[in-house]
Amino acid sequence: MTNRIEINTTVNGETVSRMVEPRTNLVDFVRYDLELTGSHVGCEHGVCGACTIRLNGEIVRGCLMLAVQADGGLVETIEGLSENGKISDLQEQFLIRNAGQCGSCTPGMLLTADALLESNASPTRMEIREFISGNYCRCTGFEAIIDAIEKTAQTRQKER
Amino acid sequence: MKPSPFDYVKPASLGEALSLLSDSDGEVAVLAGGQSLMPTLNMRLSSPSLLIDINGITELDGIEVVEDVIRIGALTRHQVVQSSADIAQHAPLIAMAMPHIAHPAIRNRGTFGGSIALADPAAELPACLCALGATIEIAGNKGRRTVSAVDFFKDLYETDLADDELLTAVEIPVLADGYRSAFEELARRHGDYAMTGLAAHGLIDGDKVSDLRLAFFAVGGTPVLAKNAAAVAEGKNIGDEMISAVQSALEKDLDPFDDLNCSAAVKMLYAKELTSRALKALIR
Repeated sequence: MTNRIEINTTVNGETVSRMVEPRTNLVDFVRYDLELTGSHVGCEHGVCGACTIRLNGEIVRGCLMLAVQADGGLVETIEGLSENGKISDLQEQFLIRNAGQCGSCTPGMLLTADALLESNASPTRMEIREFISGNYCRCTGFEAIIDAIEKTAQTRQKER
Repeated sequence: MKPSPFDYVKPASLGEALSLLSDSDGEVAVLAGGQSLMPTLNMRLSSPSLLIDINGITELDGIEVVEDVIRIGALTRHQVVQSSADIAQHAPLIAMAMPHIAHPAIRNRGTFGGSIALADPAAELPACLCALGATIEIAGNKGRRTVSAVDFFKDLYETDLADDELLTAVEIPVLADGYRSAFEELARRHGDYAMTGLAAHGLIDGDKVSDLRLAFFAVGGTPVLAKNAAAVAEGKNIGDEMISAVQSALEKDLDPFDDLNCSAAVKMLYAKELTSRALKALIR
């Protein structure tokens, strides 16, 4: 048993202070210590993207970072982005197009799609495919997800 | 799976990190981007007793152009390299390779130096550095030293880096007049490790190529410079006959092995196809 380390971080706008084992990864920290279970755990080696979390404004693999590395950082999870309304249009399109299905990949897909639309307001379907290539979906064949992201981008462009 | 327990320390300076490395008696791992280390910890392929997190050493981060070299600090994230105007201008081969390295969330964390120090045989950057004649800068308690990229990669995941040293930066000669680059890769899924890949760099005059460097990856334990193929290409115009001759010469340069993705024979086939694509791209 190794020494626990105190970390101070901001999670979805709330200040959090906890003692963590160094080996605890970021996604297990938010799921087990903070009981924010919207971020999913799939492969645990960076392949599937289900554990996608935002750290300091950038999407990261929650299974490939340690909780201690979030010390002093800003963590945002699907719970935070859902509650503050930032991605409500994206979520609505996922619902309309039934892009969720089993829901295992959905939180990671939504965070990844949000990051794409932040950096590229009108991506082509190929650009969407490339950007979400690190997120596995085993239900939809991806087409519905790509449709939903494309539609969200188009709607946001019209409303600007 | 979850990692075995380990202690964690985050030094604030390079000197402190080097002291920790040389003082440690147990199994130590250096945490940079962690995008390859964390999977090996999660799967317990590696069980260090101490993790040294070098992310607080700010002097290792950043890109700068100094006279005729572009210097990339070891901690520079892939995403930063990918969006760097200096990289696009002075080392376009690196810019071409970046989109092939994993996926956006991984490029946000993964570091340039980490990819070099790990020396995965299917990774893009080691081959790019060999094609560009880059130099690797290494720090140890006895001081700094440099080694050429070609000499740095020793074998499968084996490099010239000693246990008590850290890779601090990579220096790439800025793109010289007349030189062009091409990058080609085949992977099962965009962003996955290559089945076969090629970083090409040479002096182009019209359709004529000289000083060609063809650095293949995922076909051997280290990046492989195809010297026979380059000799066949030297001074010739790039065209169908020339490409066939270069492809034939590759059989003397490459001795690929079977891996999870494809057989050695398929890798050879791919290497020839990528050579054709890269040569055509050099004069496009």
